[in-house]
Order: sequence, then C-alpha cells, then structure tokens
Amino acid sequence: MKVSMFHLMPHRELPQDFEKRYDSVWVTPPWAELADPVRVGQYYNWTLDELEFGAQMGFDGICVNEHHQNAYGFMPSPNIMASALARNTKDTAIVVMGSTLPTNPPQRIAEEYAMLDGISGGRLVAGMPLGSSCDVNWCYGITPIEQRERFREAHDLIIEAWTRKDVFAFNGKYNQLRYVNTWPKPIQQPHPPIWVPGTGSKSTVDWVAERDYCYCFLSYFGSKFAKKNVDKYWERLDELGKDANPYRLGFLQLVLVAETDAKAEEQYFEHVKYFYEKSLHTPLHFFMAPGHIDHSSLVKATRAGGYGIPADLAAQRKDWKFQDYIDNRFIVAGSPESVKQQLEDVIKDLNCGNLMALMHLGSMPHELTKKNIQIFGEEVLPKIRNIWDDQGWENHWWPQGAKRAEETITA
Amino acid sequence: MNKSNVSKTVLKTMNGRVESHVHQAGSGPPVVFLHGAGGPTWDPFLDDLAEHFTVYAPSLPGTEGDPDAVREIRGLWELMLHYYELFDQLGLNSPAVIGHSFGGMLAAELASTNPERVSKLVLISSIGLWRDEQPVEDWMRLTPDKLIPLCFYEPEGKVATEIFKMPEDKIERQDEEIRRSWSLACSAAFIWPIPEKGLTRRIHRVKAPGFIVWGKQDGLVPPIYANDFKNLLPNSEVLIVDKAAHVPQLERQDLVSPAVIKFLNQ
Repeated sequence: MKVSMFHLMPHRELPQDFEKRYDSVWVTPPWAELADPVRVGQYYNWTLDELEFGAQMGFDGICVNEHHQNAYGFMPSPNIMASALARNTKDTAIVVMGSTLPTNPPQRIAEEYAMLDGISGGRLVAGMPLGSSCDVNWCYGITPIEQRERFREAHDLIIEAWTRKDVFAFNGKYNQLRYVNTWPKPIQQPHPPIWVPGTGSKSTVDWVAERDYCYCFLSYFGSKFAKKNVDKYWERLDELGKDANPYRLGFLQLVLVAETDAKAEEQYFEHVKYFYEKSLHTPLHFFMAPGHIDHSSLVKATRAGGYGIPADLAAQRKDWKFQDYIDNRFIVAGSPESVKQQLEDVIKDLNCGNLMALMHLGSMPHELTKKNIQIFGEEVLPKIRNIWDDQGWENHWWPQGAKRAEETITA
Repeated sequence: MNKSNVSKTVLKTMNGRVESHVHQAGSGPPVVFLHGAGGPTWDPFLDDLAEHFTVYAPSLPGTEGDPDAVREIRGLWELMLHYYELFDQLGLNSPAVIGHSFGGMLAAELASTNPERVSKLVLISSIGLWRDEQPVEDWMRLTPDKLIPLCFYEPEGKVATEIFKMPEDKIERQDEEIRRSWSLACSAAFIWPIPEKGLTRRIHRVKAPGFIVWGKQDGLVPPIYANDFKNLLPNSEVLIVDKAAHVPQLERQDLVSPAVIKFLNQ
C-alpha cells in the first residue's frame, strides 16, 4: 500500500457569505474582492510546509495539482511547487497530478518533468491530466471538442520526447515541431510512472486501461459515489485480460483524524462545511462546456441522469450532520481506530493501492492541519501500510528513486 | 407541424469524410438557410420562404447524423470549402444565403471568402463581430432560465415555449438534451471562446447586396452590431424590428418574412 498526501492549496479565508454573494469559486471569483497577494503568499508557504511535514510523518508521496482561477485550489503551476518539495524531501515520491496536457506546451511538460525527476533523483510521478472543463475550456480558451484529441497528441509527443534517442520531427495536428530533442531527459527508465486523473468518463478509463497507466479517481464525494465508475475500470481491465493489481488505481480521499471521534467532529466539522459549501461552489455549466466530453460519453452521461457531480447528493447534503458525511463516505474521519477501519473499507472496496489522502480542507488552519497529519502519520499509516502485502503485488507505478527504506517505515 | 413538404438529402463532402444533411422544400430560385448554434430546425419562417423559393437548409456537420463529422473539418477555412462543395452537389452556383446568429457569421464568411458563390446575403441577429464594451453574451454558460429572457421579447410567449418545449417521454427528452448539447459543441468548434474569428479582415470582399435584420430587444447580440454590419457592408440595408429579441424571424414573422422575401425578389 502506498499512501500519499494531497494538497489543493485553497483560499483559507473566504467570506462567510461567499456562496451567496458569488456565482462560482472557479473561473469567475473576483481576485480584487477576495484575495490579498501577501496573505496568499502565506498560503503557498503553509501548503509547502504541510506537505513537507507529511513527508516527515511518513507519507510515501506528496501530491500537487494544477487549477486556474480557482479559490479552492490555485497552483497554476504544480511544477513550481514540486520543485521546492523535491529539494526539501529525500525519499518521498513527488506526485504531480499534474501539468495539464491540453494547455501546456507538451515539449515544456517533457522538459519540466525531466528536470523534476533529475532534481529529485528519480522520484517523480508524472501525472497526465486531461484537465477540467473549467480550467481548460473556460479559463484557458481551448475549444472543448478538441480537448481530448489535444490530450492524446500531447501524451504521444511527451512519451516520444522522453524515449527516443534521435532528434526527430513531430508533425501533429496541434503541435508541429521540426526538431524534438528534449534536454534533459528523465532519470527513470523508460520514463517516470504515469498517473492519469479522472472522474469516471468512459473514454479516459478505456484509454488508461489500454496503456497500463495508473488511473486516479479524483473526486471529493468518496468511495460510495466512486464505486460504480471504479468498477467499470476493473471490468475494462478484465476484458483486456489485464490483472487486478491494486496499484493500477489511485483514489483521493478526504481524511480527518483526531484523538477521539467526538474531538474530530468538534475540530473539523466547520471546515468540512466550508469545503463543501464554499470551496465546491461551482455551477454545473462550468464543468460541462459543450463538447468537453465526446458524443458517446455525453449519451451515456445523459442516460445515467447527469455527469460527474451527483446533483441529488449535493441537494441532500444541505442538512447533513458530521456523521452523515462519514456514513455517506464523503469523508473518512474520527479517532485513529475509526479512521483506520473506514480507510480499510475504502481501500478494499475499490481495490486501491495508491491512496491519496487530502489532509487539509479549505479553511483548516496550519496548526490543525499539522496535527491531522501527525496523528495520521503516527497512528494510522503504520496500520494500513501493509494491507496488500500478503497478495504479493508489485507496484509498477511507483517512482524508482522513491525508495523509503522499509525498516524506517516500520520502526 | 410544417406547412411545407420538407425532404431530406444526405450528402458527403470533403472527399467523402463529412456527412451532411440538407433539408429542402418549395420551388423557385434557390435560397440557403444556415441555422444558429442551437442546431437545425425547420420553422414557420422557412415555410414562408418555401412559398416563394427553393429553400435548402443544411445542418452544420455533426449536428445531425454522424456526430463526429464535425471533427473532419479543421477550422473555418475547411468549413467554407465544405459548404462550397455542398453548393456544387446541390447544383447551386450562387444562391442567396440567409444566416441566423451563428449561421449569420457563416453566411458572411461564405460571401467574403468566395464572393462569386453568394448572390444575396441576409444576416439575422448575426454573430461574427466583437465590441469589448458591449460583448456578445456568452450563451454557452447560460441555463435556459437565463437564456430565454435574452433570446425572446416574450419569454413566456408562444414562440419561446415552442422552441424550448421538451418531449414528455424520458428517452425522447434525453435525446433532445443530447441533440442541443452536441449542437452547441459543434458550433463551438468554430467560435470558442469568443465568437469573432477575423471576419472584419475579410468582409470587404463581399459583393452580394446585404439585408441585416435585428430584434430591437436582442439580449444576446445587442442591436448595435446591426449598425456595425451595415458599416462593413456598404451595399446593405437594415431592418430593426420592435418587440423581438434574438429570433426576430419568429417573434415578428409578420414583419420579417415579407421584408426578407421582398429583398430576395428585388
């Protein structure tokens, strides 16, 4: 089992009435009214400190991602964050989830990822996101119907740029390069492990399954909501005659741990509410620019009653108590023993080998976040780490240089 | 319910790669109608035209039949070639072309790219131009409750209700949702994220006489754009109709149909 710590780098102090006053946390929240650059500098440093603290507390990897014009997470360049983290950690995987393929020049991604792999000594996980409609279509102006095609072409170019030994021409539809000759190339051979984030779209699931990459189901609605889509991934792999190695799957889970169940509620409930009510305050149309999903996925999603976001769950959760968030598996929370049990359920239910734990939610202060990380590292991590050991799977999707010695883990 | 006897032909352009559906009715001189971003329809305005002309209403590739036909067209340049090939196959040398909204931009581009292929140009609530201080509304992000009041002078009137009516049957309703969403996706392929793709740099080439029709209460493309088109098309006249928004040919069919027919007969 590999457990990484995820961070979104959110705005921690949105106004009390944010969701009533503003249409969206993403794409259109006005910076001038909502943020201060000096304070935001502090957020970035807290975020880096928290991730580094996670590495010290025993997380196998630390994860950053890319979003734009988004008050729930604004690391427009995850590679800048990752480079600072690579310098200040020694044996932890640097999981970049990742540089968005349709909006960054692919040759630039190949270069920067290779730099990160070099600086970290081969500890990079190369995330390859298609990108959300919000980021890619609405913020960066990419034509929705082109997004998947751009993603696939960028992927092909990056892989060739890393693995080919010659200087070559790339004559793509969106990228025409007369001389591809990437300097530097990554340490890891043939290239760093590739993890692809998704929220269940069939075309992404199939694409990942066919290529033997690690599919990472990233949603904030927990394993109950994810189950159906994750099962489709395993079914697809089975159809292709591929094994059910749990390390083929990454899963994002919100995790909040305290000394006791009661203390967890007391300390974290306001932040859970902030997260779901403010951080996730985005109208549906921003997730679904016309053409963002291809026609066959559109048909499937429409027949299934909607795409991605469980609208009925959103409506139900208005009056939820802390325990409802746990019972519906949106969050994993409570005492170390409760958290351990809930996580075991999630991990086994989904057959997940690469867990990504979101340890900081929206408004959580720095010290409380560190406490969450510390209790988790000391009292939960050692107990879930060996979940898959008896099955003898090999994690082909773990970076070759991230060799945290087994003895330091168990010690 | 259509008055006209509408027939449909499926043609292939671009060396067989692009499937295209053309609806046709009436007799007389040819008139091509290019629909808006919402997708193809046959409406009472086209019935009016079909009493005087042979009306050809091609669907934007992808919006009818093969959904991926749109992917076989790279950019506006190839879209123009597609329409010229379609004209060839229909035996139309230089028809009158009417375009509504997104279709208006295409009509203007067709008349600019090869002025010999368009004999008369009718632009109804057309996109294609851009003013920073009075931008065209971003209809792609608007839900029906916000979109309808911008598109219709009478948001609860008969015309609006008819256009946005959803089938009662669940599967048919889903089909309609898919059709609408994908029609927007196909038009967005040529206009995302801002519906201005350099028409002002080409529109001076237009030779066809122009007729510019606008609803006075258009909340999607403000009527000031009618004047902008007039300034760019010296050989054109403008009709602004009161008590109509973005679909004046239906909300004021009583005024717009005869005016367009008169212009086409001149």
